[in-house]
Amino acid sequence: MSAMAEPVAPPRPRPAHLRRLEAEAIGIMREVAAEFRHPVMLYSIGKDSSVMLHLARKAFFPGRLPFPLLHIDTLWKFREMIAFRDATAQRLGIELIVHTNQEGVQRGINPIASGSALHTQVMKTEALKQALDRHGFDAAFGGARRDEEKSRAKERVFSLRGDNHRWNPKSQRPELWRLYNTRLSGRETMRVFPLSNWTERDVWEYVAAEEIPVVPLYFAALRPVVERSGAWIMVDDDRLPLRPGETPELRRVRFRTLGCYPLTGAIESAAASVAEILAELRDTRRSERQGRLIDGDEDAAMERKKREGYF
Amino acid sequence: MAAPCAATGKKRDRDLLRFLTCGSVDDGKSTLIGRLLHDCALILDDQLAALERESRRFGTTGDAIDFSLLLDGLEDERQQRITIDVAYRFFATPARAFVVADTPGHEQYTRNMATGASTCDLALILVDARNGVLAQTKRHAVICSLLGIRHLVLAVNKMDLVGFDEHRFDEIVSGFSSFAAGLGDAALHAIPLSALSGDNVTLRSARTPWYRGPTLIEHLETVEPAPIDGERPFRFPVQWVNRPNPGFRGFSGTVAAGSIAPGDPVLVAGSGRATRVKEIVTFDGPLARAGEGDAVTLTLADEIDIARGDLLADPRDPPECVDQFAAQVIWMSEQPLVPGRSYLLKIGARTVPATITALKHRIDIETMAHLADKSLGANEIGFCNLSTAAPIAFDPYQANRDTGAFILIDRFTNETAGAGMIAFGLRRASNIHWQALTIGRVERAALKEQVPAVLWLTGLSGAGKSTIADLVERKLLARGHHTMLLDGDNVRHGLNRDLGFTDADRVENIRRVGEVAKLMAEAGLIVICSFISPFRAERDMVRELAAPTPFFEIFVDAPLDECIRRDPKGLYAKAKAGRIEHFTGLDSPYEAPEAPELHLTTLAAAPEDSAEAIIATLRQRRII
Ligand SMILES: Nc1nc2c(ncn2[C@@H]2O[C@H](COP(=O)(O)OP(=O)(O)O)[C@@H](O)[C@H]2O)c(=O)[nH]1
Repeated sequence: MSAMAEPVAPPRPRPAHLRRLEAEAIGIMREVAAEFRHPVMLYSIGKDSSVMLHLARKAFFPGRLPFPLLHIDTLWKFREMIAFRDATAQRLGIELIVHTNQEGVQRGINPIASGSALHTQVMKTEALKQALDRHGFDAAFGGARRDEEKSRAKERVFSLRGDNHRWNPKSQRPELWRLYNTRLSGRETMRVFPLSNWTERDVWEYVAAEEIPVVPLYFAALRPVVERSGAWIMVDDDRLPLRPGETPELRRVRFRTLGCYPLTGAIESAAASVAEILAELRDTRRSERQGRLIDGDEDAAMERKKREGYF
Repeated sequence: MAAPCAATGKKRDRDLLRFLTCGSVDDGKSTLIGRLLHDCALILDDQLAALERESRRFGTTGDAIDFSLLLDGLEDERQQRITIDVAYRFFATPARAFVVADTPGHEQYTRNMATGASTCDLALILVDARNGVLAQTKRHAVICSLLGIRHLVLAVNKMDLVGFDEHRFDEIVSGFSSFAAGLGDAALHAIPLSALSGDNVTLRSARTPWYRGPTLIEHLETVEPAPIDGERPFRFPVQWVNRPNPGFRGFSGTVAAGSIAPGDPVLVAGSGRATRVKEIVTFDGPLARAGEGDAVTLTLADEIDIARGDLLADPRDPPECVDQFAAQVIWMSEQPLVPGRSYLLKIGARTVPATITALKHRIDIETMAHLADKSLGANEIGFCNLSTAAPIAFDPYQANRDTGAFILIDRFTNETAGAGMIAFGLRRASNIHWQALTIGRVERAALKEQVPAVLWLTGLSGAGKSTIADLVERKLLARGHHTMLLDGDNVRHGLNRDLGFTDADRVENIRRVGEVAKLMAEAGLIVICSFISPFRAERDMVRELAAPTPFFEIFVDAPLDECIRRDPKGLYAKAKAGRIEHFTGLDSPYEAPEAPELHLTTLAAAPEDSAEAIIATLRQRRII
């Protein structure tokens, strides 16, 4: 286990439903490795990516991963995320590609001055398309789950992207049994979601059962935060301009999802271990995406972003 | 479904049930699912807040929350108040985890229902107590039974609107039971409900004292998914050959049926090669046994040739291996299924070219009647004979969903055009042996001192194909080559006199000609074929048939206006007068070649020049 991981519950026999989800994800990954020329795994450093990476190691054991990892770095991720990313790649000896949209950097795009929508569009969506095109990847794994959001609930495990990586929700291929149609023509590419059928709870239970290291930001600790539109924003470095009257205060908070720090709200929590997170999940009355400032803009926000090529 | 965890020997501590919901529009499907999630306390505060916002904007329930908005995830769906696609929901009670496939009741219901049903153990069929069982309800039941669902729940909803009347409930249930009895051995359970007020959903209703069965959630929590009729024979489709270094060669896949332990004998289905399992390798250490649903890597005692797509099986009970079989096919593409056309068939980890050789009948899903038909349209179901380019190993779908199901992929659009369930093999591939012949294509051609080839001229009627073909043959003959010319009109007087001009007949026309061209090329001839051959799929089929004989697709291209003006046989005039139907270019499409070996535009060039261009190409490619 990595020194960075928080203590987790002692190993216990994995429940049958986790074993089934695990087998399904492994089957999906092997199918991609067998049928695509040049696949890649999107690695966002979050818990879902950690689980996906762990599953990939299982899928190809004793072999190495037959694809690299790709991280789209917006330059606004939490510092602990970047440290965790580099430590993970080194610990596992995995090829990691880090891509940043340099044009975006030159244009001075950032989440504070440009707003969340433009920042996401340029530094995430555009950056991802650039990286996929530049390396000629024909399939990319993503850690998205159907329980996260309504338009995701309708997305296929193998999600075809047309020209310019666009998703057309109305012309999705029917997906029956475990028979995935992996054929591409012309400039089409595939996004593949091995965790489609997992819930947030399944992910945490699996992290616990498999003792998978995750970024410590998921666990409650005293962190310097300011309150903005009802969310706790962590002051991760000195780039976050404080508004008049705002002073960072130390609060015991944790994150349910991780992204760009100025756009990711923390929740007040005392859950300092995976077991405590699971207990907290049992009682929570709020969904996982509540902390993401980018979705709240409008109810169909996610679908629009996906149509444009977002993951 | 999976046996108790064979690998760990532990019983499952929390189970999973996959079910789908079906019903006609407005039967209350969305309300019921929303109610289930709500009563199981699974709708979270921020989701409820968003739902309230949207209910005010798009909802149809006045001030009450419109639960259907919880499920309709796409923007178009919410604005137009329709459900377009299957949505998957996840919820869990202390007793069990559930995956719900919510399938739309209208638009393309067959395709979406089949998609949802393909992975489900149980179907929840809703009816409105006022309307009772409708034609639609029966269709849903039929599709579920075709897809192999063994548990049906008839949810008689809106009981509040019929005064919770026991007789009404009994009447609906007995009507449906007698229909469902004809569908095979699915277990049926009926529950009187009100989704709106929650009666018998998660709480037993005081208003139905006459109903003594479980609530809906109780039933879902306790129903035993597909019964395991003893242990099934071992099946393991090889998905990935794991060769990290020369010292390790493993075969990765998911156990589709039965179980396996080190030392057990296995057979590569179809090949007869046999060996034993050496080790079951996993990241978590070697296993003593792997069971259904386990994703593992097997190493074998002997070095035998095994590739992705092979099926490892129990040698005492091996699967059938055939290249012709009968199957139920659900058609999903807007392009109709055409017998004779080549598709890609994917079964397990194997993909092979396949054609539907005969559409035995179409199934009327309301009456289950068998109707004669020439093709299948989108959302239609038929019983077909199929033929694959290479033998495939399978089990009947009824015995094993994983090794008995396939999809058909359109070779041009790459869309998933159809889904099928194998009923039975038509003949063992091994019964019709290829007679091993001593003299082959090469020897026959050598005697003629030439390289055989197929020249395929395609284009509109009147484009100049026959004239050019005739010139080319004369030129070849003059150079001492042995040739044969197959011409569309001439073939239709003999070999293909039984065929007309529907899409299906055109496909069969070209298939036969392709086979004949292939035989002639094997006889060592240069075969010149002059056929409109309007569909890309068939031209490519002939190319594949002919391989390894060199194949030249020659597009004889003239604008439609020019062909109509030339009209050498007076056919365009007749067609325009309505005396010929399905005339290519007019009321039947022509799909121009995308990458022909040669593209001749005959508007500018004389036939003589075009013929010379063909000869030049043959010389350049060293055929002559
Ligand atoms: N009275 C009554 N109305 C119901 C019940 N279930 C659903 N409805 C109403 O029937 C209409 C259609 O319901 P909906 O869930 O949208 O149907 P769907 O098209 O099958 O998803 C809505 O106006 C519901 O409020 C019920 O049990 N009793």
